[in-house]
Order: sequence, then structure tokens, then C-alpha cells
Amino acid sequence: MASALIPLIPFPEAAKTALADTQLRRNLGKATQTIRAKRAAVVDEMDDWEELREAGRALKDRVLRHLDQYLLQLEESVQRAGGHVHWARDAAEATRIVAEIAKSHDAREVVKVKSLATDEIRLNDGLAAEGIQAIETDLAELIIQLAGEHSSHILVPAIHKNRSEIREIFRRKLADTEDLTDIPADLAAAARRHLRQKFLTTKVAISGANFGVAETGTICVVESEGNGRMCLTLPPVLVTVMGIEKLIPTWQDFEVYMQLLPRSSTGERMNPYTTFWTGVAEGDGPQEFHLILLDNGRTHTLADQIGRQALHCIRCSACLNICPVYERTGGHAYGSVYPGPIGAILTPLLVGVEHAPSLPYASSLCGACYEVCPVKINIPEVLVHLRAEVVRHYQATKGINTYAYAESVVMKMLAYTFADRTRYETAQKLARFGQGPFVSEGKIGNLPGLLSGWSTMRDLRPVPQQSFRDWWRSRNEQ
Amino acid sequence: MSSSAKEAILYRIRTALHDVPPTEQPDDVAITRAYRQQDDRPHAQVVEQFVEMTVDYKAIVHHMSEADLPARIAQSCQDRNLRRLLVPADLPTAWLPAYEGLEIVTDDPSHPFANADLDATDGVLTGCALAIAQTGTIVLNSGPNQGRRAITLIPDYHLCVVYADQVVSIVPEAIAALRSSVVEQGKPLTFISGPSATSDIELNRVEGVHGPRTLEVIVVERDPQG
Ligand code: SF4
Repeated sequence: MASALIPLIPFPEAAKTALADTQLRRNLGKATQTIRAKRAAVVDEMDDWEELREAGRALKDRVLRHLDQYLLQLEESVQRAGGHVHWARDAAEATRIVAEIAKSHDAREVVKVKSLATDEIRLNDGLAAEGIQAIETDLAELIIQLAGEHSSHILVPAIHKNRSEIREIFRRKLADTEDLTDIPADLAAAARRHLRQKFLTTKVAISGANFGVAETGTICVVESEGNGRMCLTLPPVLVTVMGIEKLIPTWQDFEVYMQLLPRSSTGERMNPYTTFWTGVAEGDGPQEFHLILLDNGRTHTLADQIGRQALHCIRCSACLNICPVYERTGGHAYGSVYPGPIGAILTPLLVGVEHAPSLPYASSLCGACYEVCPVKINIPEVLVHLRAEVVRHYQATKGINTYAYAESVVMKMLAYTFADRTRYETAQKLARFGQGPFVSEGKIGNLPGLLSGWSTMRDLRPVPQQSFRDWWRSRNEQ
Repeated sequence: MSSSAKEAILYRIRTALHDVPPTEQPDDVAITRAYRQQDDRPHAQVVEQFVEMTVDYKAIVHHMSEADLPARIAQSCQDRNLRRLLVPADLPTAWLPAYEGLEIVTDDPSHPFANADLDATDGVLTGCALAIAQTGTIVLNSGPNQGRRAITLIPDYHLCVVYADQVVSIVPEAIAALRSSVVEQGKPLTFISGPSATSDIELNRVEGVHGPRTLEVIVVERDPQG
């Protein structure tokens, strides 16, 4: 079975294919612009946004530096509240645990709420091999599942499909849809009808987790459509697969993340529905609860002292929506369940740079992702660090000079990213934030790793604090 | 099997964290909570904001005195022509609407309805645990006047009564107020901000997918005598 993390095609080639697809580019362009504007508006409402970001970062830092202790505390809290806790080193182990639980209840079908962790371990395929069908219940996941495709955005997986394409998929695959229109409300109603009986009668549900609280054992799922509430409330058995980095220390910490996440992800003050549950509540919701704690490369990521911060990620997707590279190539080009800027660092950190060597180059290092990240992951810093790792790997294993390869990739990326003027200006402006630590005596020197070669060779000039265009404009305004 | 996986993962974590000094405790990693944790605006303003934000998220909202509540509930149910209204067993009888053709269906915790029975109702009437003005959010904690989670999920219409004194201003105040529900009582919580919605089709917000497709909120100023 192919991995859901390891790209089959290097990023530049996959990106070329994606760039040729004009429908995809149009959908993506519209979608990312809309969501960027919404996010900016609701973030602007918050005077204390920077203080929230800092707390969001620091809490994750605390958790990661003491992860063993917090995981043990979580396990104890969940057990005390009547839940079962399982540990899974990798995808196969996690899948086996889920399958065993489903089989112990004779479940041939399970309902599922969207979860990146379960996509990452290809749980649906693994369960199918055991004769268990996983039914995706998020509208977008349902569209993707019916179309037989893979997700292209971590939050809006069907971002590459427009309404008439969705209508065609539904007409082909769902009953009683001959007269279906392409009005979004009608498309949503068709999904509601299709899934309702499944929610009411299925015995086992599977979810991911946005957060797990070490102090109380409380698990949280943030969603919009209500399919999450259906899965988390109606089936008598609930199985949650949670990456070991999803921990937060205390109940109180939701005061930070329940502000950061909704505003950063869908650009809403609060998403429509959030469910918090603590083990089993008698007479209310599932009476059997299993929590599976998943490693699958996270401890590998933790061992990288610079890359470790990628585990802060709360999967809001703000970095995808702001990224000029993602906006043009879409998610599939990254070849991993984690696309965009976070995917460009998290994927190689989870699987090892040797399995995803082109991903750290899928960026112009413009720094916009760092600026919007609600938990302050310095994505450009990690990208630069990983590029150095890629070079080190090639030199050690192949003895080839990879400067040429890597540099040409970077140059190609930059060339198309900066193809039009406004984008170039934005990128330049943003670059000024990112380059701080590397500038000395008016020159960018000592870029870590690969780029150090690049910058010494090219005597790279730093991006000026005021560009010519900025200067010209401000001069005219005076 | 599972215990060896546990040992292996813990071992990997401890190896990965070799740079963390063994004497360091979690509390040594400083957390600065410099963001707002309380808001001292006049409460009337907070309630106004709750109304505004809830309307902004496409809920139907009314604001009135307690004396007018029963008539409003009846009117809302009748406007939608409800035939089978689901209620939790502990709902105040004064709230229960009565008109020709309306059946009140009470979910009794000792004989809970099956999901299919809940699906045969066309609306649900409840109270709430608290509400958040800043985000237009209603919070349910399966406490008084709310029943278990399934009853506010399956019917297509949710009519929710929020007392003005249940509205807090900002998210941190809500999280603090809910602490005992979670920590002491282990209750499940649901945050509801507007009706169910999806943005999955070209990022247009479509109200109503799987949860109640209509959310109607009545904000009530408590009768001082009551
Ligand atoms: S890296 Fe930051 S911005 Fe990107 S998805 Fe994760 S939390 Fe959001």
C-alpha cells in the first residue's frame, strides 16, 4: 500500500501538471482569496491576537518538551473517566486496533468524521482490507470519496471541485438525484438525505481529535456541518485516533485555542459546532470510548530540535491559504496528506527528508506563512534547515553535488511565484520579516545550510527595507 | 502488544528530548497569559453583542422579558407549523406551547427514545448552560433544561432559550465558567454558533447540513420577582 505521506512525484513536476489545469487554478484562486479576506477581518477584531498567538506557541512548547509526562497524564485521565487508551507506533498498528474494535462489535460499516490523522494512516483502505467499510460523512470528504480521489486542502478537501462538478458526482453516485440542481443548498440537502440513516443506525464511529486535555482527559472536535456531532453522539461505540502532539495541558488552555483556531481556519469567530467529551457520560452519547494515541513519525519529528515546532500545528490551514505557491499549485502537487507550507516541513519531518527531498523547496521563503500561523511556527526557518538536511543526505549517500539541482528548483519556484508584479512586491515586503537573523553589514551572509552556498556564490543582496516601488509611491503621496 | 507500544513510544520520546535538561519541569516553560481573560463592559452591552453576533451567524433571534416568553415560544412553534415538539423532561411547564395539532414529546432519561423516534420529531425546545457574546455561541452541557446531546441534534429545528444573565462576554470567561461541568462532573459540552453550515462548495456558507437547519434563539431578561 502506498504511503499517504510520501510523494510519488517530485514537487516541481507535480506542480507543473497542476499549473496546467486552469479549472483547478480558478477554483483555488477564488477559494484562497475568499478565505484569506475572511480570516483577516476576524483576526483584526482581536486586540490581543499577538498575545493569544504567543500563549498558543508557549503552551505547545511546554507540552512537547514534557510529552512523555503529559501523555501518561492524559492516559490516566481518560481511563478515570471510563475510556480505554491504546498506543500505536505506526499506521499498521493503529489500523489493527481500530479493526479489532469494529470486529468485536460485528460492525461491517463505520461512520467517520474528517480527520487528517486517519487519512495519514490510510485507515479507510486498511479497514477495507479487513472487510470493514468506512463511510466519510463530511460533505467534502464524501465528494472526494464518491469521486475516488484524494483531498487537496486540509480544511476544504474538495476545494478543487466546483458546484457543477459536484452535482455530476452526486448524480452518478447517489440515489434519487436525477433532478438535482447545482445550488449549494440542494447539494448539501442531498448529502443530508444520503447520510441520515447511517448516522441513526451505525454502531461504531471513528474520529480524529483537535485537542486532548492531559488534566481532564477531555477530547475536542471542531467542525461545521454537524456530521461530527452525529458521529460523536449517536453510535454506541466511539474510536478516536489522535496524534500524540495534539495534547494541551489543562482545560483552561481552551481559552487560547478556541479563539485561535476558528478565526485562523474558516475565518469565523467560532465554528458552528464544537464537541468536548470526557470519557463516557452515562446515558448521553457513546457508552464505549477508545482513544488511540498515534506516533507514526511524530517522535522522529520531535527529535529534530529545529523541526520540532512543526508539531505545534493545530491544522488551521491559514498557511495554505496565504501561500503564493499553494495558491497556484493546489494541494495534490505536494503528494502528501499534509500540503502547503506546513506540509512542506511536516511531511519530510515525519517520513525523513530522503523520502520527500523536493518538498522543502516548494516555497519562496516569503514568510507569509509564519506571519499568519496562530501558534507561531517559523516555517521558513524549518524549510531552510531541511534544505540543508537534503543536501547533507545527497552528499552522504550519493556523493553528488546537489547544489545545482536544488538551486535550479529554487530558481524555478521563485520565477513563477514572482511572475507578476504585485506578487513580487508582496513577497518582497514579506521577505523583510523573514531575513532578520541572516543579515549582517547590509548583506545576507551565513544563510544556514544549502542557501549559504547559494548566497556566497551570488553575493545575495538583502531585500531593501524600502523597495524602489514603495519609495516611489510614498514620494508621490507626500 | 499495546503496553509494549506504549513503552516504545515513551522511549522514543525520551530519546528525542535528550536536549531537555532532566531537571526541567513543565512549569519551567513559561506561559504568558497576557491576552484578555475578562471583560468589564456593562452587561447590557454584552447581551446586545450576543444578539448581534448570533444574528450575524444566521440564527433567528428574539430579545424580551420573561413574561412574554411563553407566548413567543408558542408563536415560533406555530409559525413553523410544528407537529411533534421534543423537550427534555425537566423543562419548566410554563414554557410548553399548546395549540391544536401539537404533540409534546418528552425525552425521559429513564426511558430514552431510540434515534429513529427522535428523527420522527420536527423540532426541539431547550435552555442552555451559558452563551458567549463575542462569538455568538450557545453552550450546552446536558444540564438543566437541556437533556442529553442527541435531542438537540436530530430534529431539524432547535429553539433555544437563553437567559440574559447566562451570557458572558468573551471566550475565556466561558471556559472558566464551564470548568466545574468538565472537571467535577465530566459532562460533555457542545458549542453551537449559528445553525449547522458547510463551506465545502466553492466556499459559500450553506446553512444546514446534518444538524438542525434552523436555530432560533430567545434571549430573556429574567423577571426580578422570579
Ligand atoms: S502551520 Fe500554523 S498556519 Fe499552518 S496549518 Fe499549522 S497552525 Fe495553521
